[in-house]
Amino acid sequence: MSTRLATGGRLIDRSARRRFTFDGRAHEGYAGDTLASALLAGGHTLLGRSFKYHRPRGLVASGAEEPNALVGLGAGARFEPNQRATTTELFDGLQAVSQNAWPSLDWDVGVVNNAFARFLPAGFYYKMFMHPRPLWKHLFEPFIRRSAGLGRAPSERDADRYEHFYAFCDVLVVGGGIAGLQAALAAGRAGARVILLEQTAHWGGRSPVDGVRIDGGPAEAWINAAVQELDGMENVTLRPRTMGAGVYDHGYVLGYERVGDHDPAAEVPRHRLWRIRAARLITATGALERPLSFAGNDVPGVMLASAVRDYVVNWAVSPGDRTVVVTNNDDAYRTALALKSAGLEVPAILDARPRAEGELPEMARAHGIRVETGKGVAKVRGGRHVTAVGVCAQAGEGAVLEEIACDAVAMSGGWSPVVHLWSHCGGKLEWDAAQALFRPDPDRAPTGHDGHPFVATAGAASGALQADRAMADADENMKNVLQGIGRKSPSRKPPKVESAEEAPLAPVWQMPQGAGPALRAKMWLDYQNDVKVSDVRLAAQEGYESVEHTKRYTTLGMATDQGKLSNINGLATLSQALHEEIPQVGTTTFRPPYTPISMAAIAGEARGPVFQPLRRTPMHEWHEANGADWEPVGQWRRPYCYRRAGESRRDAVHREVRNTRNALGLLDASTLGKIMVSGPDAERFIDMLYTGKMSTLKPGKCRYGLMCDENGFLMDDGVCARLDERSFLCHTTSGGAERIHGWMEDWLQCEWWDWQVHVVNLTEQFAQVAVVGPNARNLLERLGGIDVSKETLPFMAWTEGTLGGFRARVFRISFSGELSFEIAVPASEGRAFWERLVEAGEGFGAMPYGTEALHVMRAEKGFIMIGDETDGTIIPQDLGLDWAISKKKEDFLGKRGMERVNMTSPDRWKLVGLETLDGSVLPDGAHAPAEGLNANGQRNTQGRVTSTYYSPTLGRGIAMALVHRGPERMGETIAFNVPGRTPVKAKIVEPVFYDPKGERQNV
Amino acid sequence: MARKRYSVFAVAREALRGHTGWPRAWASPEPRARYEAIIIGAGGHGLATAYYLGKNFGITDVAVLEKGWLGGGNTGRNTTIIRSNYLQDPSAAIYEKARSLYETLSQELNYNIMFSPRGVIMLAQTEHEVRGYTRTAHANALQGVATEFIGPQRVKELCPIISLDGPRYPVLGGLWQSRAGTARHDAVAWGYARACSDMGMHIIQKCEVTGIRSEGGRVTGVTTTRGDIGCDKLGVVVAGHSGRLAEMAGFRLPIESIGLQALVSEPVKPCMDVVVMANTVHGYMSQSDKGEMVIGGGADGFNNYTQRGSFHNIEQTVRALVETFPMISRLKMLRQWGGVVDMTGDRSPIISKTPLEGCYINCGWGTGGFKAIPGSGWGMAELMARGHSPLTEAFGMERFREGRFIDESVAAGVAH
Amino acid sequence: MLLLTCPNCGVTAEESEFHQGGEAHLRRAGPGSPDDAFEGYLFTRRNPHGVHFERWRHVFGCGKWFHAARCTATLEVFGTYPAQTTEPPADIVAAIRAKRPDWEGFR
Repeated sequence: MSTRLATGGRLIDRSARRRFTFDGRAHEGYAGDTLASALLAGGHTLLGRSFKYHRPRGLVASGAEEPNALVGLGAGARFEPNQRATTTELFDGLQAVSQNAWPSLDWDVGVVNNAFARFLPAGFYYKMFMHPRPLWKHLFEPFIRRSAGLGRAPSERDADRYEHFYAFCDVLVVGGGIAGLQAALAAGRAGARVILLEQTAHWGGRSPVDGVRIDGGPAEAWINAAVQELDGMENVTLRPRTMGAGVYDHGYVLGYERVGDHDPAAEVPRHRLWRIRAARLITATGALERPLSFAGNDVPGVMLASAVRDYVVNWAVSPGDRTVVVTNNDDAYRTALALKSAGLEVPAILDARPRAEGELPEMARAHGIRVETGKGVAKVRGGRHVTAVGVCAQAGEGAVLEEIACDAVAMSGGWSPVVHLWSHCGGKLEWDAAQALFRPDPDRAPTGHDGHPFVATAGAASGALQADRAMADADENMKNVLQGIGRKSPSRKPPKVESAEEAPLAPVWQMPQGAGPALRAKMWLDYQNDVKVSDVRLAAQEGYESVEHTKRYTTLGMATDQGKLSNINGLATLSQALHEEIPQVGTTTFRPPYTPISMAAIAGEARGPVFQPLRRTPMHEWHEANGADWEPVGQWRRPYCYRRAGESRRDAVHREVRNTRNALGLLDASTLGKIMVSGPDAERFIDMLYTGKMSTLKPGKCRYGLMCDENGFLMDDGVCARLDERSFLCHTTSGGAERIHGWMEDWLQCEWWDWQVHVVNLTEQFAQVAVVGPNARNLLERLGGIDVSKETLPFMAWTEGTLGGFRARVFRISFSGELSFEIAVPASEGRAFWERLVEAGEGFGAMPYGTEALHVMRAEKGFIMIGDETDGTIIPQDLGLDWAISKKKEDFLGKRGMERVNMTSPDRWKLVGLETLDGSVLPDGAHAPAEGLNANGQRNTQGRVTSTYYSPTLGRGIAMALVHRGPERMGETIAFNVPGRTPVKAKIVEPVFYDPKGERQNV
Repeated sequence: MARKRYSVFAVAREALRGHTGWPRAWASPEPRARYEAIIIGAGGHGLATAYYLGKNFGITDVAVLEKGWLGGGNTGRNTTIIRSNYLQDPSAAIYEKARSLYETLSQELNYNIMFSPRGVIMLAQTEHEVRGYTRTAHANALQGVATEFIGPQRVKELCPIISLDGPRYPVLGGLWQSRAGTARHDAVAWGYARACSDMGMHIIQKCEVTGIRSEGGRVTGVTTTRGDIGCDKLGVVVAGHSGRLAEMAGFRLPIESIGLQALVSEPVKPCMDVVVMANTVHGYMSQSDKGEMVIGGGADGFNNYTQRGSFHNIEQTVRALVETFPMISRLKMLRQWGGVVDMTGDRSPIISKTPLEGCYINCGWGTGGFKAIPGSGWGMAELMARGHSPLTEAFGMERFREGRFIDESVAAGVAH
Repeated sequence: MLLLTCPNCGVTAEESEFHQGGEAHLRRAGPGSPDDAFEGYLFTRRNPHGVHFERWRHVFGCGKWFHAARCTATLEVFGTYPAQTTEPPADIVAAIRAKRPDWEGFR
């Protein structure tokens, strides 16, 4: 079994013990351990269960490619499912639980699936569970959903915080192995701004484990010196624990820093997302070892050879006492040597190649290790753990020549460069047949905004697997990169790297070569998703021949590791089944992120109250303190009503309406859009914007106007005031201010750029208050300073001056039908002005009112509301607003659109008022059915409600509606459908319900 | 090729002989010189068109040409939501037709497409949305689409992981369609392909159309990378590539191709039994049968054929959903991807005759095509066979000239 | 994440600082224009797989509109130029020609 060795472990600190729990049981490890190494040291070889068959799963790898060892980490508001044990640094108090097993990891009832594995081949669910139909929803699907999924979903709001950083550099190097360090050194020495990211907490990558020597000393010494030199350069930023997560167009790279994961007690953000703009990106992301496909290669205890080496050298953990090494290349011999020098047994190295005579094999032989060439593993014995391997001839069909007892198997099928970042943004790959790997094709690199390549590779990521070649590759590629960005690289020789010379591997996609269906059904490609060689062959047999079809049909490579171990083996298996070459079969698409990144990091700081910006009027705090019931209106908050103690929303609205109609209401209208249009050509421009002829407006006067888009659809309305000969102040709806301002700019900049007009959005420069009701004039007169008499300031006029000590513009306009003034004061004085009105208005019965009372009063008057009566498909003619459209103007925006056949049709639905026969309030959005069904069996309709309210003024329900040929049908009664109830009958009336002659506003 | 019926018994029988007896799901024939009808594009819509040409009109002399692999476009890239709670009559008709066909499609095709009628909630988070969805519910009632507007408490019952009182946009209610849901997207294409192949139709992959041939204003065939192929009728069903095909046929389309992105989380045990769409904040989410949270958002902002998008759009979507479903904060994004969607001027599809006689086009599904596949194929087949279909009539391309739009954005909702 | 340079203020910024506004160099069809022309102006936008001329507004910057020549297949930006022109300037056309010799040209 696995255990901790008495000595060694380059990454652990034996003086610092770390306590943790796994499935509730207490364990101990050392600082520097990963959760995986600590568990393995504690003898835990069973760490999880697979997705489909619930087979026992142990560690396969030692890093980000690990598919099996996923745990639930933490508790409560800090619980996180699917955390890889291999990339989880151990800390004191860590709590981990196993996943996808019930009732326990050791006794998982889900393993029953394993017994039926032969009935559950690739895509079995496409062929079953169809009858009887209701069972899919009620039985099969719930069962599949429960047995699928991995970890438990968190249930609480996240207790941690997250942040985003921006960074800019000339050269971004991803990967802190020797190639990455060398690349960063070269760029740093050349004076470029450099950022170097390393996903683990350690620099140097595999070289120290592999016994590489640099400049005559151990790799570690060179690495330390390199990091020290880089650390001392002001133009270089080093970020360990930071993964290059994704590469996007135009040189945008995402870095994912796990700032606090290894030390949850620290007062730091948990994760940090780096948005890096790099002129050039160097991927020095190394390579990943591939498993070998032999029967039983998923039994716990079967691991990648490099991972076995890592556990021994880095963490002093022995995966087993007797480890059989099985390989098709020289590199795995390093594992045998590492085991041997740690005092562990290596009963045999099974090398699938006919000959193994390189430096490393000879060293193994010299250490007395038995090397069997031309051999492979026929099958692995053991259920929850390896007990033995059956040896066979690689060239044969799997007859067992010998059984070797062992408790671990170290396998190596060769290495694949990590090409993810290269590929994210369109970099292409080429097949290297000699090394049996896909590597970046430097001639087809991802290109940036200028069309030039912006990604280069260094080291093993280029396909230069041997350490000395990796270093040379990094040096050479970096020179080219620096030249490309106009930097002179220092004329220094690259460090001298000594690494054993490796003989070529022999591609082995199946072990043994002639294995039949029975063995193939035990050869795992994707350990987590339970995809086997037999599944890929079945997919090919059934015609799912494209690599994307196979992937999707079998789920190969769709697990949380995204096929880091399985992709190449899977597509090689497919190519064999199709009798095609591997490059013809091609790869699936590499998509970000490289390994999963937290949603929280993606969201960053923008959560809760700062999720989106909140716009506040100058009077916002007053409303808040005075019972405002808020309504979101775009990014604004507006008071829907002001509730008093014991009042419902409805009561409050009715009180506000009655009070405004009978005494005095105050409305914060500051959100209203205010756009000033000025210049010598302002008249000409304003006549293009509005449907009416606004240029005839005299200074000092106001007029209501409509704006349409080029389709002729009504998009905004409001009162336009002429300030002087050359300027107009256009009021827009609250939601429309930015849009209309942009609209104006668009026309002025892109179509009529020779017109001399200046537009400016003044919305936030002014606070605006509507003073509404019979006492409105009394209040303003009490404030004093401006003559607001009927004679001096008639309806639809405006004036400016000092009102109660405030600089003010007073517009005599009305959206309620009452005597009404809208008063604009500088935003900075808005709050004071509002409070002054409240205070001075006390004797006149002044009360604030909210948006709902505003809506009720405008509906009582039959005024349309953009967004209620309009929805982006309504032309002014539909709303009876023909009077606001100039017949004389040759052109205005929307005029041509209104001429189209569908716009001039007499069959359009048009605005009317509705009075229910029983006085009730029609439901919002209710439709009136017409006779019969249309060709698609739907009920024909003849109208719909656009606004509907209880009118406290009239004591009954009122509504506005769009009705087929409505204005021709005054007095007719039509019925509106209310699902589940009897239809509501309503009489078609004029849409003005209150004071149709407009006497109240004109006093 | 003799069809082998899929069933639990067939799987059991095959299991005993190592699954060696499963035939190809669809044949891989060489193209003939001529077919009665050619469909360009073996995505969901193209295959469904071919299927209903055979099933409803007995036209089986059909080839479906695909430049890549079948189902390799947007059919296999979407977030698999199926719903029909549309506002406008023509949309409700075609999407409801599709939804109802989806209900029995597994049985009809003898291929489990895993239609899961788990229900869809479209959240109302502003007063404006409340009104918009109420209006939609009223319209749906007369269209024969079963939806209802539900209050916040019912939303919470249906989806316990939702946060009702987000500080910026509280949940005020939602439009609930209980018979909406999801399906396995690839299986829809594969199931139709298998059924078409069984009817003797030719599905020809890796066959790119390079030209459209015509005589006297009438289509006569296509030129392809695998030779010339003649036909009487031609259906162009190629989503993001419609503009290029239209150009070959000599007309232009009111279409722009833009990017749309989606993402999934790592799989977790079931925690969400419905689909939730939050249009105010631009995000939607459901949980796949595998356990992944499947997430989508708004389309990117510019013409883009790369099938890649910009990360800030992903940020925006994830931010919105962390706000709506706080528990996803500690889940991890496993994979993000992009597709090319074809958008029309009113964001509704075009299913239409074209200026070239005998040539029909089906495109412009924008962000919402998957849910329409069976209805779209049904209508397109009828249009090609009869020259007229009530289901597709309103979707003719002449509507842009006439100003007769089918605008779904009007009821606060965006189409997905 | 596109990088664009605003020709009005000279700032190079990320796509999120800008807003795309559809095809550039459209000719407005006003009252009296034929139905086809009006439909073409409002709806029948060019949608090339390759060189595209489009409108952008530096909405979170100087607020000005400008035009960009960009490849929709690779996202390469050939150049940006002020919006006050009815056709792409000669230097932009030359830049495109240099990189895409088989480009069919503007309109």
